[in-house]
Amino acid sequence: MSVEIQIPVALARYTGNQESLKLSGASVEEAIRNLTSQFPSLKNHLLDKKGEIRPFVNIYVNDQDIRHGKQMKTALKSGDVVTIVPSIAGGNK
Amino acid sequence: MRFNYRIMNVLPPLKFSSSLGSTTETMSGKPTSLNRSPLPLRPDEGAPGVLGRIGNTPLYEFRQVTPKNDRVKIFAKLEWYNPAGSVKDRPAYRMIAHGEQTGALKPGKIILDASSGNTGIAYAMIGACRGYQVRLCIPKNVCIERKQMLAAYGAEVIYTDPRKSSDGAIVEAQRLMRENPDLYFYPDQYNNDQNWTAHFETTGPEIIRQTGGQVTHFIAGLGTTGSLMGTGRRLKKELKHIKVIAMQPDSPFHGLEGLKHMESAIVPGIYDANFPDDQVSVRTEDAHEMVRRLAREEGMLVGISSGAVMKAALNHSERIETGNIVVIFPDGGDRYLSESFWKA
Ligand SMILES: Cc1ncc(COP(=O)(O)O)c(C=O)c1O
Repeated sequence: MSVEIQIPVALARYTGNQESLKLSGASVEEAIRNLTSQFPSLKNHLLDKKGEIRPFVNIYVNDQDIRHGKQMKTALKSGDVVTIVPSIAGGNK
Repeated sequence: MRFNYRIMNVLPPLKFSSSLGSTTETMSGKPTSLNRSPLPLRPDEGAPGVLGRIGNTPLYEFRQVTPKNDRVKIFAKLEWYNPAGSVKDRPAYRMIAHGEQTGALKPGKIILDASSGNTGIAYAMIGACRGYQVRLCIPKNVCIERKQMLAAYGAEVIYTDPRKSSDGAIVEAQRLMRENPDLYFYPDQYNNDQNWTAHFETTGPEIIRQTGGQVTHFIAGLGTTGSLMGTGRRLKKELKHIKVIAMQPDSPFHGLEGLKHMESAIVPGIYDANFPDDQVSVRTEDAHEMVRRLAREEGMLVGISSGAVMKAALNHSERIETGNIVVIFPDGGDRYLSESFWKA
């Protein structure tokens, strides 16, 4: 099961400057786990101490916000695109 | 109290005064006369209509959320009292007034800029008052409340790649400007000296007046850096003892809307990293917690960057013996109600 994960520019420094990665994972949870084991320094940026997604981190599967669905349990199929974005825009206003 | 209800009540009913000078107004409020006079550089020098209400925001002293050391007091400038609801009314107004005064902005030109929200909302409000079309480049991940407000004021929005955050919006605005330089007035808030000058001329003097010059520390978050640079420069000019402290997100990946992690972002041209006496950082979750605390203990609904600067002020209060810390609360919490952190 291969999915694409899109990384925000602000985090690309922790993925060797890769903004898009191919990974395996049957759910968002599994894909994020695989991502953070491949790039351990990402972990504290994405997850809180309890291992949950930090409150300002939004995850989309093919443009659908997982918060409005099954959240981390959202199932993935081959070819899905998982996008990680901060809930804000940063920078100015 | 910002509005003097008593005076308003003695006006005869159904007779509205207009301070728009030579401008004639249509029912939609759009000026129809092209040879009107330009806006004054300061809103309190006779800016027409709602624009005259920009600035002179309250300075609030906290009652419940206070330092452990009672010889340190914290005060906040409540910037949501501005007409479009944020601190950005001040620089947006001045950049536009300056554009009118220099002739760079003329009727028919479109106001173009990159903004993740508040400056855009301020331009949209001022554009509505002055009859300019407003076109904004905005990262797609800006929260829904912001998008709705821009639409409500009639501004046009160009969405940019959310993964590139505000830097992506800046690059897009620059591209549009290069393509069509005569069509647009591009204030470029990151590089426009009128941005920080707005705070030098209004926010700074207000704080000095409202504290009777007794402010000892000033803390502001860094976005375009206009608030910190302009207010800080005025305070340093007038008050020898003042310490100016800049606050930033603790990491390049953060949820402090409006703020920049300087080391990893396009650094604004108006920023001088050597200017602040001290630099502090705040983690997003700590700002969220402070936002909830201010709502539940102080009865004050603040935005996330306000929570962050309050956290920085409380941290700093433990490092000093005595003092009066003034912070800027850039906007209110009603702009962030769709976010998930309120539930905790
Ligand atoms: C919510 C919020 N907080 C803080 C700031 C930072 O202010 P400044 O751009 O003056 O640095 C802004 C504006 O950019 C903002 O919109």
